Amino acid sequence: MAILVYADHNNQELSSATLNAVTAAGQMGGDVTVLVVGEGCDAVAQAAAKVQGVAKVLLAQDASLKDQLAENVAPLIAKLAEGYSHVVAPATTTGKNIMPRAAALLDTQQVSDIIAVESADTFIRPIYAGNALATVQSSDAIKLITVRTTTFAPAEAEGGSASVENVDGTGDAGLSTFEGAALSENERPELTTARVVISGGRGMQSGDNFKMLEEVADILGAAVGASRAAVDAGYVPNDYQVGQTGKVVAPELYIAVGISGAIQHLAGMKDSKVIACINKDEEAPIFQIADFGLVADLFQAVPELKGELEKQGIQAR
Amino acid sequence: MKVLVPVKRVIDYNVKVRVKADQSGVDLANVKMSMNPFDEIAVEEAVRLKEAGTATEVVAISMGPEQSQETLRTALAMGADRAIHVVHDGELEPLMVAKMLAKIVGEESPDLVVLGKQAIDDDANQTGQLLAGLLGWGQGTFISKLKIEGGAISVTREVDGGLEKIGLKLPAILTVDLRLNEPRYASLPNIMKARKKEIAKKSPADLGVDTTPRLKTLKVAEPPKRQGGKKVGSIAELVDKLHNEAGVI
Repeated sequence: MAILVYADHNNQELSSATLNAVTAAGQMGGDVTVLVVGEGCDAVAQAAAKVQGVAKVLLAQDASLKDQLAENVAPLIAKLAEGYSHVVAPATTTGKNIMPRAAALLDTQQVSDIIAVESADTFIRPIYAGNALATVQSSDAIKLITVRTTTFAPAEAEGGSASVENVDGTGDAGLSTFEGAALSENERPELTTARVVISGGRGMQSGDNFKMLEEVADILGAAVGASRAAVDAGYVPNDYQVGQTGKVVAPELYIAVGISGAIQHLAGMKDSKVIACINKDEEAPIFQIADFGLVADLFQAVPELKGELEKQGIQAR
Repeated sequence: MKVLVPVKRVIDYNVKVRVKADQSGVDLANVKMSMNPFDEIAVEEAVRLKEAGTATEVVAISMGPEQSQETLRTALAMGADRAIHVVHDGELEPLMVAKMLAKIVGEESPDLVVLGKQAIDDDANQTGQLLAGLLGWGQGTFISKLKIEGGAISVTREVDGGLEKIGLKLPAILTVDLRLNEPRYASLPNIMKARKKEIAKKSPADLGVDTTPRLKTLKVAEPPKRQGGKKVGSIAELVDKLHNEAGVI
């Protein structure tokens, strides 16, 4: 058996999500090959070759692959998949976009967003926003799987020495064109990998008020997230959203501020190790799952939190 | 331009899901069912295309038991012109749904198929991409903006890092994200009118699609429960607990 892992990257850096997917692939049993698709991404392939547990790296580069358009990448995955028992991708927006298209070409029923590997053909995945966990067994010859990254430890980024082999793309399908991206720039850690996350909800009342959370985040080395309500209200961009249909996070500490705790938000953060919340409504459902809940007006409590952290000399780890 | 909109009947998003005691699945008996929220957004977008004069006909499709008709009536009340119901009891995996949709696309020749990006029951997030792959059409997934001019489409997609814009040739598949629009409530006159609209019935056999599942569900279990609910009295106590008791800061 051999397993093909689709690398998540931006042509410059291998994303940490790929490291989680490599771990999941390793648990399925078999040699792990990483497929890097893009343009001008030799450095990504070199990084993938150093990941522990990776036996081989396949590198496909050309202009039609630069932006990883599903229409151009899926045929390549389908072509390469013939030699593998599993094709695995992290359940990032890139993996979610491309993998089912490849599954169609392979006539395979993909298993989405797995949280555990029971055996080579049996996996556990959340359904109903994580309110139930289904154990499913696949009968497909080639199994296509996307992996929820937060439940698999990242593979060691250093220590491996895989070979890099160039492979050809399948050409431009001529169906779609990349017109540009508006990516959020910020210096804080990524939401999905941060050790601490502080999120705001509708209770924040405006985008400007998120500055209060950013100040606390900067002290703790935390990422800043948001509930759907805060994103819908336009306080912060969509990439802040934590929840069933946004990002799933599982940090050491999750601090929910002015978030009531709708089911679809809890789905994105309830696997955090410790959950703290600040909310003035003591009936808010978030209190039921929080390890430490404080009933307070966030406009007083958050500045006070910042002051207390400074007073105690607590810093980012 | 003809637009197809597949819609799924799912447990209402406000219902607290219960796992059956025998771990065979979740309890669907006497539970409120509704149209998948993402599919409502898809219907809304298609109807807006029609209102703007871009689309000429909107056809809603649902696959599932007899009661899926109610979901189709909702789509018709929102403004879809007619509906197709593929009657099927029991589970349908995304691949099988996509195969049946591909057959219907063959019969209907739409220019656009607009779907919800995922259903809130199985959370698979596959059907639109599968359909695009089966048909060899372009796909705009997780979209929060749509612009159609001439024979070309431009969509804004919500991705992990922010937003991305791609151009697509028609015909194409779109899957919609939460912020594309706010679906309307059907008015009473429109609900009445919807009763008279046509719902054509088909079976998976009519479409020539084998619905045998590829995945076997061995068990459906409840997730581990969190032991939450503790309250603290002040920020000082909160920081103390997080620092000294939990050791996370």
